[in-house]
Amino acid sequence: MAESEQASRRMSLGHDDVLRWIRAFGTEVDANKEQLTQLDAAVGDGDHGINMQRGMSAVLVKVDAAGEEQDIGALLKTVGMTLVSTVGGAGGPLYGTLFLQMGMAVAGKDELSPDDWAAALEAGIAGVQARGKAEPGDKTMIDALIPGRDALKAALAGGASFEDALRQSADAAGQGMRDTVPLVARKGRASYLGERSAGHQDPGATSSHLLLEAAAETWGEPEQTG
Amino acid sequence: MKKLINKPEDVVTEELQGIAAAHADLVRVQFNPHVIVRADAPVQGKVGLVSGGGSGHEPMHGGFVGPGMLDAACPGEVFTSPTPDQMLDATKAVNGGAGVLHIVKNYTGDVMNFEMAAELAGGESIEVQAVVIDDDVAVQDSLYTAGRRGVGTTVLAEKICGAAAEEGRPLAEVADLCRKVNANGRSMGMALTSCIVPAAGKPTFELGDDEMEIGIGIHGEPGRERMKLAPASEIVEKLAVPIVEDLPFESGDQVLAFVNGMGGTPLIELYVIYNDLTKLLDGRGITITRNLIGPYITSLEMAGCSITLLKLDDELTRLWDAPVKTAGLRWAA
Repeated sequence: MAESEQASRRMSLGHDDVLRWIRAFGTEVDANKEQLTQLDAAVGDGDHGINMQRGMSAVLVKVDAAGEEQDIGALLKTVGMTLVSTVGGAGGPLYGTLFLQMGMAVAGKDELSPDDWAAALEAGIAGVQARGKAEPGDKTMIDALIPGRDALKAALAGGASFEDALRQSADAAGQGMRDTVPLVARKGRASYLGERSAGHQDPGATSSHLLLEAAAETWGEPEQTG
Repeated sequence: MKKLINKPEDVVTEELQGIAAAHADLVRVQFNPHVIVRADAPVQGKVGLVSGGGSGHEPMHGGFVGPGMLDAACPGEVFTSPTPDQMLDATKAVNGGAGVLHIVKNYTGDVMNFEMAAELAGGESIEVQAVVIDDDVAVQDSLYTAGRRGVGTTVLAEKICGAAAEEGRPLAEVADLCRKVNANGRSMGMALTSCIVPAAGKPTFELGDDEMEIGIGIHGEPGRERMKLAPASEIVEKLAVPIVEDLPFESGDQVLAFVNGMGGTPLIELYVIYNDLTKLLDGRGITITRNLIGPYITSLEMAGCSITLLKLDDELTRLWDAPVKTAGLRWAA
């Protein structure tokens, strides 16, 4: 019993764990490509799913080629640079900056504590805000990321396990995503619609929820051994 | 989807291969990252002009690369902004020591990608200025939106700034001139049909057989209102009156009138539109002294048109008339 309990309590993330999360995000993007594209067609130009899939496919090729030589910071930076150069649109610079800033926050590390993960997420989101200049409530990816970040920090501060904190983070991001439905967009192409943007879920918030959901699902399960 | 393509994912690459084969005298094409560069770039001592945007708007921007217009264009995927690595390569390729001007259409993705590219170019000690074109009066300009979209005035700014750069004017002056063109140009478009992004395979939006969308964006973004189809004269009023009243264009003004086809509308209809536009402007005492009629900033196979008016003075007229030699626009002195 003691052993299995220990196995279920994750205290840190290694290079492999981060890679599994990136792969899981790629799988989520693949599986939700149509939904992301349809959400974007309703308020934007209908390319978010296609663009993110193209970017994540390129990322998976890149990280496979890089092997395990890289530390986690360098791995995240590779992901960011690849997204910047393959996604295009607004998603490229925004998701690219998210990963680049996360990578810089944990530069040189081979292992991340829960607090390191929270700090990386915080730095990444700060980068997204600096690039896109969006505030909460503007109907953007920020509306999923910020509740996700805040729930993670609150749960960790309250003594929750990393798994529980990740689950609360993903759930808060999901709530934030659903809460974008009634909002009127103030940033991005959706803002051209004005009031007509209300009633649609934001595609960027949707892909950002997938990112945090992938973390909760990948790292929320008992650690694999062997 | 009925399109003259091989595979949707190869459209942009194969188009660029076609351009490289057709216009080797004017441009060279670099692949991965994709950049169309003037054949004789960099021109020493001349300000380099770089623009770019999603593909699907041909001839903009790649068809405007050549003497008297752009030095390089960065084509993105269809309707998707190009990426900073393309823009950085383009910037380096055209830098003749006098700095580089980025002409950017006001879309969130384009603006952010060009910003990242300018930061990267700055890191390599290339002086870059960027001017954002935002001339679409269909969109309310406010702090609470991404601002007006960049549309027809972009073509005019690229031509006029290209002429100024060719004269050897410094970067700050060419950038100021670009801002002046943007400040004096206004546009609005309309659609009779949707368009189909090859990778999506189905229409971007639905429009009834008897409907039109006034104020459409060049990526099929919805406009001001959807209404029953009307005669050309009424459509011209719907487009031109908001344009005239926005700047405003006033009696006694001389303008360049640009009637642009969206890709699926024949020239015969664009001339009908131009005819109605001349009557409307005549009635307001506005004189058309230059014109441009044809498909120059398109939205794939969308049927429809846009109207752009640019208030001219002697300087802008002279630069418009200066020679240009590109695949899309070409005239001698």
